[in-house]
Amino acid sequence: MSLLEVKDLQVSVDEREILHGLSLTVNLGEIHAIMGPNGSGKSTLSHVIAGKPGYEVTGGEILFKGEDLLEMSPDERAVKGVFLAFQYPVEIPGVTTINFLRTALNAQRKARGESEFLVPDFLKKMRSVASSLNIPMDMLKRGVNVGFSGGEKKRNEILQMALFEPSLCILDEMDSGLDIDALRVAADGVNALRSPDRAMVVITHYQRLLNYIVPDVVHVMSKGRVVKSGGKELALELEASGYAQFEDAA
Amino acid sequence: MNLVLAKTETGRALNDIFDVARDRLPGGGKVADARRQAFEVYERAGLPHRRIEDWKYTDLRALMREVLPPAATPDAATVKRAGSALKPHAIAGARRLVLVDGVFAPQLSDTGDFEQGLSVRTLREVLEAGDAALQAQLLSPASSDPMVALNSAMMTDGLVIEVADGTALKQPLHIVHIATAAHPVAMFTRSLLKLGKSAGATLVESYIGADGVKTYQVHDSLLLTVDDGARLDHVRLVEDGREAFNICAAVVTLGAHAHYNIFGMTSGGNLSRYHAVIAVAGEHSRVETSGVNLLNGRQHADTTLFLDHAVPNGTSREVFRAVVDDRGHSVFQGRIIVRPQAQKTDARMMTRALLLSDDAEADNKPELEIFADDVVCGHGATTGALDESLLFYLRARGLSEKEAQALLIQAFVGEAIEQIASDDLRGLAMSAAERWLAARS
Repeated sequence: MSLLEVKDLQVSVDEREILHGLSLTVNLGEIHAIMGPNGSGKSTLSHVIAGKPGYEVTGGEILFKGEDLLEMSPDERAVKGVFLAFQYPVEIPGVTTINFLRTALNAQRKARGESEFLVPDFLKKMRSVASSLNIPMDMLKRGVNVGFSGGEKKRNEILQMALFEPSLCILDEMDSGLDIDALRVAADGVNALRSPDRAMVVITHYQRLLNYIVPDVVHVMSKGRVVKSGGKELALELEASGYAQFEDAA
Repeated sequence: MNLVLAKTETGRALNDIFDVARDRLPGGGKVADARRQAFEVYERAGLPHRRIEDWKYTDLRALMREVLPPAATPDAATVKRAGSALKPHAIAGARRLVLVDGVFAPQLSDTGDFEQGLSVRTLREVLEAGDAALQAQLLSPASSDPMVALNSAMMTDGLVIEVADGTALKQPLHIVHIATAAHPVAMFTRSLLKLGKSAGATLVESYIGADGVKTYQVHDSLLLTVDDGARLDHVRLVEDGREAFNICAAVVTLGAHAHYNIFGMTSGGNLSRYHAVIAVAGEHSRVETSGVNLLNGRQHADTTLFLDHAVPNGTSREVFRAVVDDRGHSVFQGRIIVRPQAQKTDARMMTRALLLSDDAEADNKPELEIFADDVVCGHGATTGALDESLLFYLRARGLSEKEAQALLIQAFVGEAIEQIASDDLRGLAMSAAERWLAARS
């Protein structure tokens, strides 16, 4: 059984169709890259998988571990192991990062019928993950993402991935707004989470990110469909020739 | 036509009550005269209604309709029942002073081992046998507000607390108002706290109902004087039963270099109104007032503050948050007056309301009257719903809708709770907020 099966997915926003029958299969242990020009529907796909309100699915289905993902609320999806690393992580003033992380982790564990983490155990786990991502403790005492730089926000997303241990990670434009050093730190964090028990879908506009997070499969999206799939060399080909050749194919 | 009828009916019924009760009310001579005069003021005005500016959003004629008869003096069984309701509201290390159905209950109170410089008496004692100056102070609140006049006429008991010059109390004072009423009744209380020069105290007031309590009315008033160099930290937690009415007026007077920090939270009751007049009468004094309303069902809570800067170099801060669900209604009226001689006043007010349903209502009425030219004054107000993008982020991390809302609500009210100076009191306020959030889900 595949981890994620997207079958002929059709999605509209405000009665305008964005995805016109998109299909995608992702197995455990794989890293898929989804590339495509702006407006091709990459972020829409990631939002629909995570359950963001405002999208209407008019056709097709998404199976996650064989279950109908579209029937689940966003929190049920998170509990089952879906994780979306946001392109623009939100700021939540008044909620410290530590409190947020512990509340979220325990909410997931509780929903799965697992025991909740006690404070000392949680802090120990969080400290070890944070230090591997160069996240200082004082950053974790601040409001969630409040006053964080672009790089800090992305590292905070990866910190959550490491803590929650999801089986599917969707990284939405993780490279946007990052300089090359920040990108390297974030990519190292992601690579450390590669595992046979986990799959990743890396959404990006540029090939650059894929030098650091090397994919097994590359998909090209254009106008709401996957128009070509191939190995990692497809990304390099795109870098050389651009997206224009696919605009017509779609 | 209906209004006139309601007023007449209410007036007559209460007139009988006053006639019956007044022989049992503490204090003779001048006190009795003052009661009679105050009652006449109330009788002429009747319950306040929406055409009286101060009561614009809280029309007691429509919402409360009548003043209930006074509660009976509690017997031993009643006091015992009240005692069992105290536990979740206990504050470790505090000196507890309990009023059951508006009457001081020594059995439930800490009446021994007074710190030096602390004097605690009941209102009844002072009105019957106190010195004239103290009695005059207790009768001082202006009767221009009909509900204050009613309270002056009917006040039955309360606490009169004096802290001597230079005494900083280590133990917080915790006044608990418990209603046990099995029948609809009213309680009329008045308390006074006098802080001497350079004195310090912490006062917590809790308003609660015993298990199974039905409709009741709390009519309370509070006089606070904070003398030169003194500091008072004050927390009010209104967690009354859901059919309760709580009408309270406070008069606070600050000397020079005094510091008054107050936080109020209303999460209980059917209708509550807190009207505070804070007079900054000495230079270089500071007032921090903050509050939170947590309302659902058809709850109505009104906080009306009047900050009077009468002298130069005063500072005041007001931070107010309202969270309103269902058909709840939150009212905040903040009036700041800076009198002509009050130069270098620094006064700021910020109110924010969070509406959780389409039928929820929040009214903010800031009023700044500035008659001095060298001052810093400002106010701001916002009203809105929970941010959908924040809710989605939290839900994408595994929090249920209720859990996500609760976390954002805690953060929202946290900005007001942070204004409380001590960690322990902040914890107390946060637990009261958590009780409300837990009851919601």
